[in-house]
Amino acid sequence: MQRTSNQASDTKRWSAGALVFAALAVVGGMSNAYVISLLTIVLLFTFMGQSWNLMLGIGGQLSIGHALFVGIGAYAVAILNIKYGVTPWIGLLLGAVIAGFVGAVLAWLSFRFEVRGIYFALLTIAAAEFVRIMFGGWDYVGGMQGLFYQAPSGAMDLGMLRGDARFYYFVALALAAIGVAGTELISRSYWGYVWRAMRDDDEAARALGVRTFRHKVLVVSISAATAAIGGGVLGLVQGAIFPDSIMGMAISVDVLIGPVVGGLGTAFGPLVGSMAAIPLHHAMGALGDALGLPGLNSVAYGAVLILVVWFLPDGIWPSIVRLYGATQLPARGRIPQLRKVEE
Amino acid sequence: MTALLEVKNLTRAFVGLVAVNDVSFSLQAGRITALIGPNGAGKTTCFNLVAGALRPTAGQVLFEGRSLEREPPEAVCRMGIARTFQIVRPMTDMSVLENAMVGAFSWTTNVKEAREKAYESLENVGLAGKANARTDQLTLPDRKMLEMAKALSTRPKLLLLDEVMAGLRPTEAAGVVGVLHRLAEGGLTILLVEHVMRIVMEVASTVVVLHHGAKIAEGKPSEVVANPAVLESYLGAGFHA
Ligand SMILES: Nc1ncnc2c1ncn2[C@@H]1O[C@H](COP(=O)(O)OP(=O)(O)O)[C@@H](O)[C@H]1O
Ligand SMILES: [Mg+2]
Repeated sequence: MQRTSNQASDTKRWSAGALVFAALAVVGGMSNAYVISLLTIVLLFTFMGQSWNLMLGIGGQLSIGHALFVGIGAYAVAILNIKYGVTPWIGLLLGAVIAGFVGAVLAWLSFRFEVRGIYFALLTIAAAEFVRIMFGGWDYVGGMQGLFYQAPSGAMDLGMLRGDARFYYFVALALAAIGVAGTELISRSYWGYVWRAMRDDDEAARALGVRTFRHKVLVVSISAATAAIGGGVLGLVQGAIFPDSIMGMAISVDVLIGPVVGGLGTAFGPLVGSMAAIPLHHAMGALGDALGLPGLNSVAYGAVLILVVWFLPDGIWPSIVRLYGATQLPARGRIPQLRKVEE
Repeated sequence: MTALLEVKNLTRAFVGLVAVNDVSFSLQAGRITALIGPNGAGKTTCFNLVAGALRPTAGQVLFEGRSLEREPPEAVCRMGIARTFQIVRPMTDMSVLENAMVGAFSWTTNVKEAREKAYESLENVGLAGKANARTDQLTLPDRKMLEMAKALSTRPKLLLLDEVMAGLRPTEAAGVVGVLHRLAEGGLTILLVEHVMRIVMEVASTVVVLHHGAKIAEGKPSEVVANPAVLESYLGAGFHA
């Protein structure tokens, strides 16, 4: 029996993760403002990508409207803080609770009425677009003009989550670390096992006693709640939020690009994927502006997606792992085929 | 003797055909019963009805006196009925061990406990040595055994086995027969669908025969094989022993 070999690879994975995040902390201490702000976005989308990854890569439920939950979190923090001076910590908590509830209701209604797979995914977009348009016409939340945070005074204030760019970098780094470690822990917990079972084969999981309905609602709800936390911080980092910028389709794409490119269902995939895709997106955006070719960044996204799906269908991270000969590794990183999603 | 499972007038119609037609039988606790019949006789449909994967058109399924017809499969499993699928359904992105752990989560949320139970189930079917393999590295007989291990991890009182020995070599099948006897001695009740009559004769204490969805015979294996109606259903009209 090989119980020990698993423990050895566990230790290896955790040490590798700790090393990566230590290196990122050093980078944060050294880099210039541009790199810092770019990496902050990368790390925030690593965290949000991780929440999306939890839902599809582990729970088998596809969302293409995660901007809804990101937006709920951003607005909860902004409304409470800007209008009422409440600390973002409370906003983050409230945003997570509301998003978790919205996600649960959406999932409950869909799955109850057999709206599954790709149809559920379409429903998530519809819900996100509905709320985005509604917020655009709602004066209380700032309408299309959005909500603006006061310019930071520069002094760090952990209680009010305010500080300079470097401060937000470390907040994002902490979130990303929590996302990676959390995915690893959840994936090997009771939830992780039953979620992966229902992802791989819903009917077979039910035959083994897994109450897949409630677990699907649960995984969507947790994914929504964590995405909202990322959204709340993203709004703070950006200093202003608008329905189109925080709840648009582009956000939904940014959330899922990391895990898809990096490796679905893996703990490191979203980090690797966000590191690869988001800087490219920004660089191409800058290049596009310089060349007078708006939309070059979207083309670049599309190209990266096609290349990865074509050449590394499991994503970048599982391919790296395989290079190092870990053939015994259970194939955890595969993109669940549409067959599974459609069920 | 008390019946663990009672199937009463069970009927399931599909469009244009009655796959299970007014079938009744009961299972004695701790016994191995075989459900036999030609291809398309309705055996798998019968399993699906008992396991909650299909709703009956009419009739009743009583398990320990409780009615099961309206229960979803996960509830049926949690009451103590585990089933295997005729066409194996491993969780493809989970290891063999992880596959076997899933069933244990029907009665525990403790990962360590689930892992121990999974090893025990894998040992029971001779797969413990391949615990860390991926399911696509398993041979078909091994995948069939994994189906059984997954079901055993749920700690069932009743095990429904759908053709787990199909495609196995005689020596491998003999190994499984040994496993089934051991499980039954441990108090497990087993209902199995099996085609090879030699195996049925060896393991089953009772045989239920289906043909075109209807029960045409029930009894001890030796009685059933001597039954002209059974022989006819298997070998076509005109055959007489
Ligand atoms: N879901 C279904 N829809 C329609 N017909 C079905 C379905 N499942 C099984 N059948 C039909 O019911 C009959 C019995 O099938 P089955 O129970 O699989 O037989 P067995 O397991 O004894 O070979 C067959 O004629 C089969 O084609
Ligand atoms: Mg069958």
